[in-house]
Amino acid sequence: MKSSSRYIGLGLLFVLLAAFPLVAPLLGLDFYIGFVRRVLVVALAAASLNFILGFGGMVALGHAGFIGMGAYTVVALSDAGVMSAWVMWPLAALVAGGVAALIGTVALRTRGVYFIMTTLAFAQMLYFVVVSLRRYGGDDGYTLMSRPTLLPGIDLGNESNFYWVVLVVVALALWWLQRATQSRFGHALMGIRDNETRMRALGYPVFRLQLVAFTIAGAIAGLAGALLAGGNGFVSPATMHWTQSATLLVMVVIGGLGRSWGGPVGAIVWLLLEEFLKQHTEHWHMPLGLLLIAVALWAPKGLAALYKRRLPLTPALSPEGRGSKA
Amino acid sequence: MSGILVLEQLLNGLGYGLMLFLLAAGLTLVFGIMDVLNLAHGSLFMSGAYVAAEAHTRTGSFTAAIVIAVAVTVVVALLLEVLLMRRLYTRDHLAQVLATFGVILVADDIVKMTWGPSPVMAPTPAALSGPINLVDGLPYPAYRLVILAGGLLVALALYLLVNHTRIGMRVRAGASDRPMAELMGVRVGRIFNGVFLLGAALAALAGALMGPIVAVQVGMGEAILIPALVVLVIGGIGSVRGAFVAALLVGVVDTIGRAFVPMLLRATLPPATAADLGPLFAEVAMYALMVVVLIFRPSGLFSARS
Repeated sequence: MKSSSRYIGLGLLFVLLAAFPLVAPLLGLDFYIGFVRRVLVVALAAASLNFILGFGGMVALGHAGFIGMGAYTVVALSDAGVMSAWVMWPLAALVAGGVAALIGTVALRTRGVYFIMTTLAFAQMLYFVVVSLRRYGGDDGYTLMSRPTLLPGIDLGNESNFYWVVLVVVALALWWLQRATQSRFGHALMGIRDNETRMRALGYPVFRLQLVAFTIAGAIAGLAGALLAGGNGFVSPATMHWTQSATLLVMVVIGGLGRSWGGPVGAIVWLLLEEFLKQHTEHWHMPLGLLLIAVALWAPKGLAALYKRRLPLTPALSPEGRGSKA
Repeated sequence: MSGILVLEQLLNGLGYGLMLFLLAAGLTLVFGIMDVLNLAHGSLFMSGAYVAAEAHTRTGSFTAAIVIAVAVTVVVALLLEVLLMRRLYTRDHLAQVLATFGVILVADDIVKMTWGPSPVMAPTPAALSGPINLVDGLPYPAYRLVILAGGLLVALALYLLVNHTRIGMRVRAGASDRPMAELMGVRVGRIFNGVFLLGAALAALAGALMGPIVAVQVGMGEAILIPALVVLVIGGIGSVRGAFVAALLVGVVDTIGRAFVPMLLRATLPPATAADLGPLFAEVAMYALMVVVLIFRPSGLFSARS
């Protein structure tokens, strides 16, 4: 019963999201089609971070670097004249995943704050690499020629069409991530988060499992970067600035660490608030900052935790987790 | 490449390194003792720079500007400690990152409301605006020499305080093993309050001194925070000596990346490639240094807890 009602709810959510581009013009909300699409993509990026942060206990402060790797893969392909989404998106995930694997190999040797700082350092290096790529616009960013192509007859230049494609891709990726957390692999990952020593004693290949998780998260962030680039038609190094990584981290914590909907909930809340505040005040950073402080002090388990379900809950970050007390 | 140019660049690197040390010293003590990761440390630096610029324009006295900047920032830090930091001691690093990132957002907006979004002019003190001939053929800006001297003096004072006084002994004890220090009768909480305020004062001093040679603008705190954290991690958390060595190392490596590597590239590579790669090495040198250090010493050069 429980799980079937859950699927009905998710199906309903999907239908509502899918109907949005049809309803929006009637309400004069055309502008928000692009906004909701961006929220969907950022939700995916946040979910991928939650996969290693919440379920894996790895406080990585360089996630925007992987998003950027995906986005710049799209830029490089577009610059070379390849516009097919079938090539662009998988390759973006592959490149970002590959980079994540390399970075993870080094970063996962460190613990605690050293891990936070190593991931940050690598992301900063990636940031400066794209800044120095003058062929792709350097500091000023790169404007893509057009939207990617998918199938003949489907014009992705049409805002609604692109929205639907993004919706399907994001839904599939989120579903797959959700499956991964519930698999044996996901449980082993949570086991490592909760007690690394014990998992090692039980014979689990801790380093390898963490590296695989780190790579998966990087690949999905890269996919999100590709979707973002295709949608905006513009990519700049600002996407990869460390404050973007921090913002993603913030989204995940606000939403709920290690909760299946934590990432998306946090992304939605943060982006909606940002959009709302920007329209009302020039000083929109301050309320967001105060909200952050409030969440850190009084709702450390995030908003998703406020909605309690009777399914087994995953525990919050344990003291032994990576990036908690060193 | 002449020896004089090398000397000039090394002096620049040393000056930058000393300023980083002023920031990293406070950061590493707070982190070493209380295990609190304070991302808002850069905001205290920004506060020092803005208040000093404002006070200097109003009073016309550079010394007064520095004193006012440090005093105001210490008061701000006191408020921050009482209102927020206290509640974060027992929380995990993630909560600390979150809350102090929130402080950054708030601080940036307060500065924007007070001084506007565009950079503020921080005048160089008139008496120090000229160059001084260090050796023949090397006129070096007098103001940068003051920064060097100031940085060295503060570093020395801090070294004496931490390594040769009773208070310093307690600080070190708290940083290397807090529970044991508490058992031995050290009131670590109170020590920490002092260290937090001292750290704020050092950050403000760095901000006030750096103001005239960097852009005093919103976001300057975040820009310097990352190099300061890099210094902290390279040096090893909780170690003032480590912070000092790492700060000078980062200052010099950064300068080598900015000044010498592009020169070397121009001499060896086609001009277009060199122009592309030059800035990259400049920015990346510091991070590469950190990664290399961490590969060989995963907890920094002089970790107080190793």
